Amino acid sequence: MVGLLGLVFLILLIVWLGVNFIKDPQEFINVFFVGLTRGAVYALIALGYTLVYGILQLINFAHGDVFALSGLVASWILLNVFDVTGDSDAGLILLAIPVTLIAAMALASSLNVTIEFVGYRRLRHAPRLAALITAIGMSFIVQNISLILFDVNYQSIPRLIPNSNVFQIGEVALQWNKLFVLLLTVPVLLALSWMVRSTRHGKAMRATSQDRDASAMMGINVNRTISFTFALAGALAGAAGLLFLLYFTTMRYDTGFELGLIAFTAAVLGGIGNLTGAVLGGILIGLIQEFNEGLVWATPGGDWTRSIVFGILIAILVFRPSGLLGEQTPEGE
Amino acid sequence: MTESQTPEKQDDQTRLSSVLAQRTQRGAGRGGADLARSLAPLVILLTIAIIYPLESVNTWVRGLPAIGEYFPTPGSAVIIIVFTMMAIGLNVVVGYAGLLDLGYVAFYAAGAYMAGWLASQHFEQVTFHFLTPGLNPELPGIHINLWLVLVLAGIFTAVVGIVIGLPTLRLRGDYLAIVTLGFGEIVPQFVRNGDSFGGFDLTAGSFGITPIDAPGFGDGLNDVSAGLLPVNFQQSFDAEQLYYWAALGLLLFTVFCCWRLRDSRLGRAWIAIREDETAAAAMGIPLMRTKTWSYAIGAFFGGIAGAYYASFKSGAFPSDFYFNISIFLLCMVILGGMGSIWGVIIAGVILGWLNIEGLAVIGNNLNNSFVEPVFDQRLEVPKYQFGIYGVIIVLMMLFRPTGLIPERRRKLEMEEGVHDEPMGERSV
Repeated sequence: MVGLLGLVFLILLIVWLGVNFIKDPQEFINVFFVGLTRGAVYALIALGYTLVYGILQLINFAHGDVFALSGLVASWILLNVFDVTGDSDAGLILLAIPVTLIAAMALASSLNVTIEFVGYRRLRHAPRLAALITAIGMSFIVQNISLILFDVNYQSIPRLIPNSNVFQIGEVALQWNKLFVLLLTVPVLLALSWMVRSTRHGKAMRATSQDRDASAMMGINVNRTISFTFALAGALAGAAGLLFLLYFTTMRYDTGFELGLIAFTAAVLGGIGNLTGAVLGGILIGLIQEFNEGLVWATPGGDWTRSIVFGILIAILVFRPSGLLGEQTPEGE
Repeated sequence: MTESQTPEKQDDQTRLSSVLAQRTQRGAGRGGADLARSLAPLVILLTIAIIYPLESVNTWVRGLPAIGEYFPTPGSAVIIIVFTMMAIGLNVVVGYAGLLDLGYVAFYAAGAYMAGWLASQHFEQVTFHFLTPGLNPELPGIHINLWLVLVLAGIFTAVVGIVIGLPTLRLRGDYLAIVTLGFGEIVPQFVRNGDSFGGFDLTAGSFGITPIDAPGFGDGLNDVSAGLLPVNFQQSFDAEQLYYWAALGLLLFTVFCCWRLRDSRLGRAWIAIREDETAAAAMGIPLMRTKTWSYAIGAFFGGIAGAYYASFKSGAFPSDFYFNISIFLLCMVILGGMGSIWGVIIAGVILGWLNIEGLAVIGNNLNNSFVEPVFDQRLEVPKYQFGIYGVIIVLMMLFRPTGLIPERRRKLEMEEGVHDEPMGERSV
């Protein structure tokens, strides 16, 4: 029954995409690029949710707000430390971006580790809901830190990565700022994947997520491993914050809330706890959002984006809680 | 009490019944005095609550030196009561049944729009009046007596609760929370975009439905009661007071229902599920049906409160239904103590007051006495209200997870052991 429904839905989706592609293939590819870029940013944030969920089975609601705060701080650094303007020379921009990236990642890391240390560590043996509720509280606290520091107005930076074309074939074009986001995301993902798969820390993370007590008995410092996971997740959020800022050039204190929920949906779609799944989910959600807003034939339009994304979230949780790539979880049984 | 009891258990049983019998005898001796003593605070509180909005009382209280400014106006008090009522409804879901609902605002919205549809000029294609007090019968739109609308809104919202609940209640804990959050996000967007479903205007989009009719008792009852029951709240001189008393009545009704429900068969089933779902199922409690009932009943009160609030504000606007409201209500339940009716009432009044007037007044005084002289600028305290609620949530969870006034049973659960899986342990 569910399988049939899913199949019908999938066929409709393919028909919809197919018709849109045939009607205007060039526009379709352009929208695809936009979606891919957006999806890359979502993937970075989604990875943070998935890393933390993998090790603690906790939805770290504050993650989206950590992302927003680090993005806002990045905007402050770019504007006030480096004094960048729309026509700063390339050398300054090439110096400013890596320095800001490191600063944003360091800030988000330490913030995330602090949140874990202050909030979640004491609740390891409390009911799950207690930790979840604390995470919501933390989310509001971080959001209000952003509000206190940056007020309600949008913080904008000039466009530092030009949106001129890298190449253009007919109407199809890829811009530098999109390419930049993709180029920065891919190495980060590869590095993360290598770290989790091949380093001692990664091994400790995987062991802790499988069985915390057993890994403690094997001599793994569980607290340090969990802190390390939060630091890693925070670093990804910091990177995502800067990328979001560079690509969209504007954000404010509550940007992280909605984006966090969308990224969380992406993590669930891919299979929460699964790193590849988070990336896949992020890109899929990015594409869905842009296809919905950018295509012309039979699209509900931007007004309904949120409903569609959360509709997907609900459908996935109800019909396939393990996500596209995740292992089978008992929640769905 | 089955026949297969062991001798020790029977012993226990006899001892227990003799103790109970002694207590009953003692109680019978001083029954009147005991009853009076336990009811006295309630009666005093209720009397204060009832006379609070009276012109003379209210002016006097709010005119008191130093503390007077901290008392809310009757109009603000209505909003406090309505939100407290919603918190008690949420308490059924979160506190009794232990299901974290992050989308309660959806029920509030459903109730408010029900009032918008059934008691306003929104559907001007039709003219339908049913027992509407003090309105021109020629007025287009559906106008049903608001008291009836409250009931209908409650039922409609309960159905919405069941519809949301049925597919999602299979999920456990945190997944359920996320799904409800998803619904809580979809509903506001749905009403905001609902102004043209194939050309049909269902929700009036972002303008919202306004004005909405006021409750009232009509000419007949007004005559019979010698003017005591007003024809129509809105057309009366002291509309705020009338709304206040009616809200108080609704709150008492909610409290009574939830109090009786807790001790009912259904309520005990909820608590059993909260404590240990697997054991409850093994004892023969139908999980899905029981959980769905908690959703439906929690939603029912949310719907009534939403419809009443819409009538008080004379409008249902999509901008009212945002995620933070759900968190605000959850904060009331957590601060008061999950499952504890008294706690939730007190926390509801405190937080509701802070939200409407308290933070502004406190912030103003802080600014005047301390912040402005020292830092030479003013803080906008109400702007940071959700940061403050966040701090409250985190502090409560870390240091007093049972709430201000812990429910006895919940406290035992928290102290004696965790039945829910602790964070980070995979359920196998």
